Amino acid sequence: MTLPESKADASDVRTIALVSAGRHVVSGRSDRAREDARAVEMGLKLAGDALTLVHAGDPEEPTLVECLRGYLGMYHGFDMARGFDMARGVDMVERRGSGGGCGRLDLLSMAPSDDAVPMLAEWLEAHEAKLVLTGQRAECGEGSGLLPYLLAERLGWAVVTGVAAIESVDGEAVTLLQALPQGQRRRLTVTLPCLVAVDAVAPAPRQSAFGPARRGRVDVVEIGQPAPDADRAAWQFMPARARPKRLKVVKSANARDRFKAAAAKSEASGGRVLSDLTADQAAEKLIEYLRRENLLRQEKISAAEGDQ
Amino acid sequence: MLQTLLPILIFTALAVGAIGAARRIRLWRRGRRSPMRWQRLLRMPKRYLNDLHHVVARDKAMAHTHVATAGGFVAAMALAIVVHGFGWHGPILGGLLLAASIVMFVGALAVNRRRLNPPAKLSKGPWQRLSKSLLAYSVGMFLVSLPLVGVAPTTLGGGALVLVLTLLVAWGLLEMIVGMGWGGPMKHAFAGSLHLAFHRRPERFDDQHGEPQSTNPHDVHRGSRSTALFPLDLAAPKLGVEKPSDFQWEQLLGFDACVQCGRCQAVCPAFAAGQPLNPKKLIQDMVVGMAGGTDARYAGSGYPGIDVGKHHGSSASPIVPQLVEAETLWACTTCRACVEECPMMIEHVDAIVDMRRFITLEMGETPEKGAAAIDNLIATDNPGGLDNASRLDWAADLDLDRIKDRPEGVDVLLWLGDGAFDMRNQRTLRALVKILRAGGVDFAVLGEEERDSGDVARRLGDEATFQRLAERNIATLSRYRFRRIVTADPHSFHVIGREYPAFGGTFEILHHSTFMAELFEAGRLSVGVNPHSETVTYHDPCYLGRYNGEFAAPRQLLAALGLEVAEMARSGYRSRCCGGGGGAALSDVPGKARIPDMRMEDVRETGATTVAVACPQCTAMLEGVVEPRPQIRDLAELVAEALIEPGFDEVVATAPTPARAKVQPDEEIPA
Ligand code: SF4
Ligand code: SF4
Repeated sequence: MTLPESKADASDVRTIALVSAGRHVVSGRSDRAREDARAVEMGLKLAGDALTLVHAGDPEEPTLVECLRGYLGMYHGFDMARGFDMARGVDMVERRGSGGGCGRLDLLSMAPSDDAVPMLAEWLEAHEAKLVLTGQRAECGEGSGLLPYLLAERLGWAVVTGVAAIESVDGEAVTLLQALPQGQRRRLTVTLPCLVAVDAVAPAPRQSAFGPARRGRVDVVEIGQPAPDADRAAWQFMPARARPKRLKVVKSANARDRFKAAAAKSEASGGRVLSDLTADQAAEKLIEYLRRENLLRQEKISAAEGDQ
Repeated sequence: MLQTLLPILIFTALAVGAIGAARRIRLWRRGRRSPMRWQRLLRMPKRYLNDLHHVVARDKAMAHTHVATAGGFVAAMALAIVVHGFGWHGPILGGLLLAASIVMFVGALAVNRRRLNPPAKLSKGPWQRLSKSLLAYSVGMFLVSLPLVGVAPTTLGGGALVLVLTLLVAWGLLEMIVGMGWGGPMKHAFAGSLHLAFHRRPERFDDQHGEPQSTNPHDVHRGSRSTALFPLDLAAPKLGVEKPSDFQWEQLLGFDACVQCGRCQAVCPAFAAGQPLNPKKLIQDMVVGMAGGTDARYAGSGYPGIDVGKHHGSSASPIVPQLVEAETLWACTTCRACVEECPMMIEHVDAIVDMRRFITLEMGETPEKGAAAIDNLIATDNPGGLDNASRLDWAADLDLDRIKDRPEGVDVLLWLGDGAFDMRNQRTLRALVKILRAGGVDFAVLGEEERDSGDVARRLGDEATFQRLAERNIATLSRYRFRRIVTADPHSFHVIGREYPAFGGTFEILHHSTFMAELFEAGRLSVGVNPHSETVTYHDPCYLGRYNGEFAAPRQLLAALGLEVAEMARSGYRSRCCGGGGGAALSDVPGKARIPDMRMEDVRETGATTVAVACPQCTAMLEGVVEPRPQIRDLAELVAEALIEPGFDEVVATAPTPARAKVQPDEEIPA
């Protein structure tokens, strides 16, 4: 990913990452959530240490704050924080020690049964957030994956899920790549403000270091009137039943087909069958399609056309 | 003429030298302070004559040379101050002064001979000049003192000769006295003697030795007496060493003591493998950082693959990357070979780990695989990220006692280590279980309650994760009753035995080689005579040998098995690392050769067909060398194979390694 050239503009865009407590797949210990950590990584690359983290949860929960500090441990590696700033002659660690340049997380205090959406919406509006990054689905709790949609609906913002990379941001819009099955990417340009749910294929998060994690600031914030989650109250809970998974067995002697079947995420749909075309017509149609999908860049093709 | 010139020369040199020395001391004091104990200065002469000389004397010729040169110089200088400085002329003092000059001259001749074709490990530049300066001083001092015993006329001839003699003496004094204070090669004498007095690891010296009457054969080397890393205060405002001034002042003093003899460079496995590390250059870079400037004036071998002269530093600017590249620090296997060889008792590994701590804890820039291992340790208590409950899967059929089911206590707690997850090491563990049972040992295991000891995390600089693991392991161990811990992993052995006490965990732990030797001695194991006589060699693991001084037990075991041991040129305290320690296998810094390949060459040179090992990491590294090569067998496997067990017919570990099915080229490969 190339960093946006319009970095000055990008830093004007107030960027927030919503994070949650993750759960390690093997041990079940609380941990950075994989997608949320990727969202924070994306935010740090865009906004540096101006990125603010937000979580809505119960500050009394014993491991929560320590777990959230894992994200604050990612506040390192910015150019300005490379230890010693030669030009300014400032010791960055000492500066960070005194509060500058370290990560910040607002913990919106609520009970586990409360609804996080209104609180988050209120906080984001109050802080004039423009670009909000988050994972697609929490690793514990409800984990329904609905939060990005509900939040965007409430704020009246655009929401994009399955985001693999952000290519550029300016004051008006963000250009990003959305992950599609089988490694395909779709380039989208979305006007701000916008909510971006990051996919697990986004670049891996940087190491969480102990020093910045310890120094980062966690502020417990009381905002609005925490209200119980009304929908949730109506739900009925029961232990999950393990269901046998239907296996789609692909019988083929060909390893390539078997691999493709195993790697496929979903079937493509909406295709069109073209027949009875001359070779030139067919080529035209294909180029047109590729251009529409942003898979071919305009200049390249016009250059190729000019050659003809 | 000379009578007036000499005192002026001598006292000017002393004064200017003293000013330089005072400035040098100020440089050291930029480091982190610790309480000053002046009485430690009294320890210095004995430490110099006894401890330091022990290490120097590993090279006999060099030891004699140094005794003559240094002894001659100290005596000649002291007498010169009395005789020429204060004008206390007399034939006896004069005679002594002449004798001292002659001794120094003889030493200086030997130094010059060595410098004709200096070996690659030596630095040139000012060090080459020093050899000439020694001659100048001794010859000059001899000649100007001749009149004292009446051999030459008291006024020593005409102006030209006086001028020449004055210049000779002035040159000598400039190098020896002024240079000592102002950072010339003779700085080593001044910084070195203070370094001996204020060394951070006093246990390395005989005056602080835990067992004063120790007759341990391993004691000729004193490196294994104090090897635990120093704990890091996790509440400190800055974690680890970012800038030279973040070192303890004693460490800065130690760096300044380096004589650039290159003994450390000659034994460093990473340097030999062409990885960008040279412990001697590293220490010199620390000196550059402390005093400020560039490394352009360094006149020895650099880091392989990195040009000399492109780096710079100052005491208040970060070391990485402008002074030292991070890959240099990550190439170290923490084998301590450099520390063991260093005649000035400089602690390279402490410095390297201090700088790694900053990179890991503050910068979050641990090499990728190392960072992944740390994340796994945090989440699952083992570096592979595996379910800790599967730690005993390999022993499903062995019916091992869990210590939680033995509240009355056991004799031996078997500590498995992370090798329990590795299929190769599981063979070793099964062999060890077989031996314990054959010896009738009452033992149990922790099972899934065991966590990684924290060794790798600590060497990678993650003191936070290390301390968390240490505290949890100590809490677990303290819950149960056992007499001793036995482990087949020298890293766990070192960490639990040497490093846990600083966190309140004092346990008696034995390496399995020591324990098996004990069983043999008590007559609890009986072995058959080895049917096929073969030559074996033994590879000393760094963390068992150099770190903990256990060289004897493994050899006793091999002797008890009737095996003939062909020692490698580098064995015992001079063993060459397998390349797997200190997280180096994870950081995997590229070089020209691989360290385990070089070690396997050492093995081949002995003609041995089997190399006995005593560490899961060594096993893995050496077995990674491509075949054909000698077989690699853990001591436990060798013992288990030779056991005679009346009425114990279960074959645990002796199942012969299945011969590899060889596919003939003309055979059809089944699809
Ligand atoms: S560090 Fe020690 S062994 Fe290495 S060159 Fe200096 S004095 Fe010699
Ligand atoms: S500890 Fe070993 S690898 Fe590290 S610098 Fe010393 S000799 Fe080299």
